[in-house]
Amino acid sequence: MNEELAIQANDLTRKFGDFAAVDQISFEVSQGEIFGFLGANGAGKTTAIRMLIGLLAPTSGKASVAGFDVYTQAEAIKRKIGYMSQKFSLYTDLTVWENIRLYGGIYGLSEDNIKAKAEELLSSLQLESVRDKRIGSLPLGWKQKLAFSVAMLHEPDIVFLDEPTGGVDPITRRQFWEQIYQAAEEGTTVFVTTHYMDEAEYCDRVSIMVDGKIEALDTPAGLRQAYQADDIEDVFIELARGADRAE
Amino acid sequence: MNPISVQNLNKSYGGVEALADISVEVEPNELFGFIGPDGAGKTSLFRILTTLLKPDSGEASVLGLDVVDDYRTIRTKLGYMPGQFALYEDLSVRENMDFFASVFGTTLEANYDLVAPIYSQLERFEDRLAGALSGGMKQKLALSCALIHKPELLVLDEPTTGVDAVSRQEFWQMLQQLKSQGITIIASTPYMDEAEQCDRVALIDNGHILNIDTPEQVARNFDQPLLAIKASSIYELIKKLRSYEWADSVQPFGEYVHYTDKREEPDISKLELYLTEQCGLSEVEIKSIEPDIEDSFMNLMQKEVT
Amino acid sequence: MSSFRAFVIKEFKQIYRDKRTLVVLFGMPMIMMILFGYAIRNEVENAQVVVLDASQDEVTRQLISKIDASNYFSVEGSIQRYDEIETLFQQGSVDEVLIFEADFARKLKRGGQPAVNVITDASNPNLAQLIQQYSSSIIIDFQQQWSANGGTGPGGISTHANMLFNPQLESVNLFVPGLIAVILMLISSLMTSISITREKEMGNMEILLVSPLRPMQIIIGKVLPYLVLSFVNVLTILALAQWAFGVPFQGSYGLFLLESVLFIFMALALGVLISTKAEDQQTAMMVSLAGLLLPTVLLSGFIFPISSMPMVLQWISNLIPARWFLVIVRSIMLKDSGLLFIWKETLILLAMTLGFIALSIRSFKVRLE
Repeated sequence: MNEELAIQANDLTRKFGDFAAVDQISFEVSQGEIFGFLGANGAGKTTAIRMLIGLLAPTSGKASVAGFDVYTQAEAIKRKIGYMSQKFSLYTDLTVWENIRLYGGIYGLSEDNIKAKAEELLSSLQLESVRDKRIGSLPLGWKQKLAFSVAMLHEPDIVFLDEPTGGVDPITRRQFWEQIYQAAEEGTTVFVTTHYMDEAEYCDRVSIMVDGKIEALDTPAGLRQAYQADDIEDVFIELARGADRAE
Repeated sequence: MNPISVQNLNKSYGGVEALADISVEVEPNELFGFIGPDGAGKTSLFRILTTLLKPDSGEASVLGLDVVDDYRTIRTKLGYMPGQFALYEDLSVRENMDFFASVFGTTLEANYDLVAPIYSQLERFEDRLAGALSGGMKQKLALSCALIHKPELLVLDEPTTGVDAVSRQEFWQMLQQLKSQGITIIASTPYMDEAEQCDRVALIDNGHILNIDTPEQVARNFDQPLLAIKASSIYELIKKLRSYEWADSVQPFGEYVHYTDKREEPDISKLELYLTEQCGLSEVEIKSIEPDIEDSFMNLMQKEVT
Repeated sequence: MSSFRAFVIKEFKQIYRDKRTLVVLFGMPMIMMILFGYAIRNEVENAQVVVLDASQDEVTRQLISKIDASNYFSVEGSIQRYDEIETLFQQGSVDEVLIFEADFARKLKRGGQPAVNVITDASNPNLAQLIQQYSSSIIIDFQQQWSANGGTGPGGISTHANMLFNPQLESVNLFVPGLIAVILMLISSLMTSISITREKEMGNMEILLVSPLRPMQIIIGKVLPYLVLSFVNVLTILALAQWAFGVPFQGSYGLFLLESVLFIFMALALGVLISTKAEDQQTAMMVSLAGLLLPTVLLSGFIFPISSMPMVLQWISNLIPARWFLVIVRSIMLKDSGLLFIWKETLILLAMTLGFIALSIRSFKVRLE
C-alpha cells in the first residue's frame, strides 16, 4: 500500500442479495486532501462510507484506509478516523463540556489532554460562554461546528463528514468550511458528502456516484471543463439524470 | 385580495422568539419562496398559515380567511406538504393517493389531469410501499397527495430538503407547471440557490424577515462592490485577506473568495500587490463580480446582528 | 362520511400489515392464558406438611401416613407447641400445618367430632386454597374408609380450615377476569395511544388536521379498529378459559360482554387521553405501561388481594378501573350475579368512561400546540 494515500479503494463492491449497492468503485485520496463524495439519493454513498469506516464488510474488492485494510483491520481504522454526520453528532442532553469529555474519553485521551484540547477548542470556536449549556439549546450552526471539532479531537488521519452542513445558514456554513480548510492544511484528510452542489467547489477533488458506480472524478475545474458546464450542479444533474435506481 | 396577507405576526415558544413582527403579502398566482436556514422561523410561519398554530399577536389571513377564526374553512382549501413528507410508509403509492383523495372527498380519477404530470412518474411503482421509495419519489408522491383536491393554495415546507440536486431541479419545474395552472404556491427552503426559481422571495433569519423582493432585486440590493479572488491556497488566501487593513467581509465561495472593501472603491492593483508581494501567494486572480443572492443574504444577516 | 370510511379502512390496513404487532395482539392472550393456566394447575406437588399431633393415637398416625403417601403432600416433621406455627410459615419452609386435637381416636370412636385444623399460608392464596381442598378430600376419604371398616358411630372428623396472612382469600379468583382486564388495557389503551402518536411523529397528523376530517372523526377512526380487536380478544380468552381450562362460567354471557365493552370504551378513552398529552410513541408507551398496565396488574386485585394491601394502596386501588371491572366479572362468572348486584361497580366504571372521554375531547387539540 502506498504510504502517501489516505484512502485507496480497488473494485470495492458491496452486494445486498443480487443488488450491488456499490459496484466496483476504485479511487484514491491523498493525505491532506479535501475529497467531495457526491451522488444522488440511493446511488450508494452511504454504503461506500460504511465500508470505509469499518462498519460494513465489502463483498469483494480491496480498500485501505489510513494504511489499514478494511477487511481485517477495521478496529485499527476506527481509531484513526473521525466521523460526523448531520443526523447524529453530539448528545443533545449533555452539555458542551460533557460532550467533549465523553468523546475524548471514548478515544482514550488522557484527562489532562482532554482538558487542554477542550479549552483550546472552546476558545477557537468562541464557545466558552456556553460550555455548561446543553447541546440541545444551541443553534444548529454552533452544534455542527462543535461536532466537527469533537470529531477532530483525537487528531484523526481522516475525517468523514456526512452532509455536515444541511440546513445551516450561509455564514456558519462558510465558517464550517474554513474549519475544514484548516484541518486539511494541518494534514488531515477530509472526506465529505453534501447536497449543496456549490460546496463541491470547495473540494480539491470531487467524485460523483451514479447507480453504485463512480461516474466522474476530478477537480471541480476539471469536471466543469470536461462536461462544459458552468458549475458542478450542472455536471451532477447531467450525470445523475441518467440514473435508473430509485433507492 | 391576496391569497396570503400577514401583518406584524409574533410567535414565541417558552421565551424563545420564533417569529418577530413578520409582515408579508403573497399575490395571486405567485410562486413565493421563504429562504432561510433551519431555525429561522419558516416552519412556525407555515404552521400559522396552515392554521396548525395560533400566533401570539398580529394578523394573518389565508385566501381571505382569518387563520384563527376561520381555520376550519381554510383547512378545506389548502394543499399542505409538511417538512417530513408525511406519507404512510406501510401503504402503497396508490393507497396513499386514494386515501388522501377520499379524505378530501374526491378521487384520483376526478382530478387526474392536475396531478398527472407528477403522478405519471410514479405510476409504474403504484403497488410499491411508500416506505420503499427513494427520497425524490417520496417527494413527488407527497406533492401529488397535497394536490389531489385541487387546492387554491399550495403550502410546501422545505419540500427539497434531503433530496438530491436532480430531484430538486425536477421539483421546481413541477412547481412552475402548477403555477401556470393558476395555483398560488409558497415554499420554504434552506438552499439559497433555489431562490431564483421563485417569483419573489422573503429572506428570513432568526425570526426576522430580512428582505422581500424578486430574486434579481434581492441580489442587487447588495450595495458594495464585490470582488472574487482566487489563489493557489484558499485557506492562506482567506487568512491573508482577513488581516488586510481594508478588508470588510471575506467569505469563501467555492474556489473563489468573495471580498468587500471598507472603502467605496477597492484598489484592486494594491490588493493584488499585497497578496502576491507581501503575502507571497501564487496564482492570484482578482475580478469584479455581480453579487448573488447568497452574498446578499449574508450581508443582510450581518447587518441584522449589528 | 366517505372520508371517515377511508380513514377507518386505512387503519385496518395498517394494523393488518404490521404483522409483528398482529401476532403479539392475538398471540399474547393465548400465551398468557397458557402461562397462567399451567402455573396454577401444577403448583401442588409435595407440599411440605408439619403436624401438631396432640393425640398421638392410631387414627391420627394412620391419617398422617395417608396424607404423606399422597403425591401432593410430604410430611416433614412434627411440632409440639402452637407458637411454633407462625415462625414456620414466616420462614417459608412449610406450606401447611395439620393440628389434631387431643383424644382424637377416642372421640371418633365414641361418635364425636374430633377436629383437624388445617392451617395454610395464604400469602399465596391460590396455592393455599388448593392445598386445603386436597387436604380436606384426603381427610374425607380417610373417614369414609374408616367408617366402611365399621369403626365409627354417627360422628365424623370435622375439618377446620384456617389461613394465615390473608384469611379472606380475596384473590382466589380465577385469573381469567384479571387477564381480560390486562389484555384489554394493553390493546385498547397502549395500542391506541401508540397509533395516534405515530401519526404525530411521522408528521401525518399535520396533514390530517389540515383536511376536512374533523378531530372527532380522527379519534373515532383510530379507536374503532381496536374496539373490534379487543372484543375479539375477549371472546378468545373466554373460549380458551372454558374449553381449554374448564373455568366455570355461571352467569349471563350477554351481561358479561356488555360490561366488557364498557371496559373497552374506558380503556380506549384512556388511550386517546394519553395520546393527546404524549408527543411521541415512546412516551405514549412508557405512560401506558407504567401508568396503566402496572396498576392494572398490581393494584386491581388481580394478583395481590386488595384487603391485604396497606391502606394507602387500598385507597388508590379505588381509582383503578380494572378493580371494579374485576369485581363485576368475578360476580358474573363465579356467582351468576345479575345487574342488580353489580350496578354500583358498573356505574363507577361508566362514570370513569364518560369522564375520560370528556377529558380527551377537551385535550384533543385542533392545532399542534
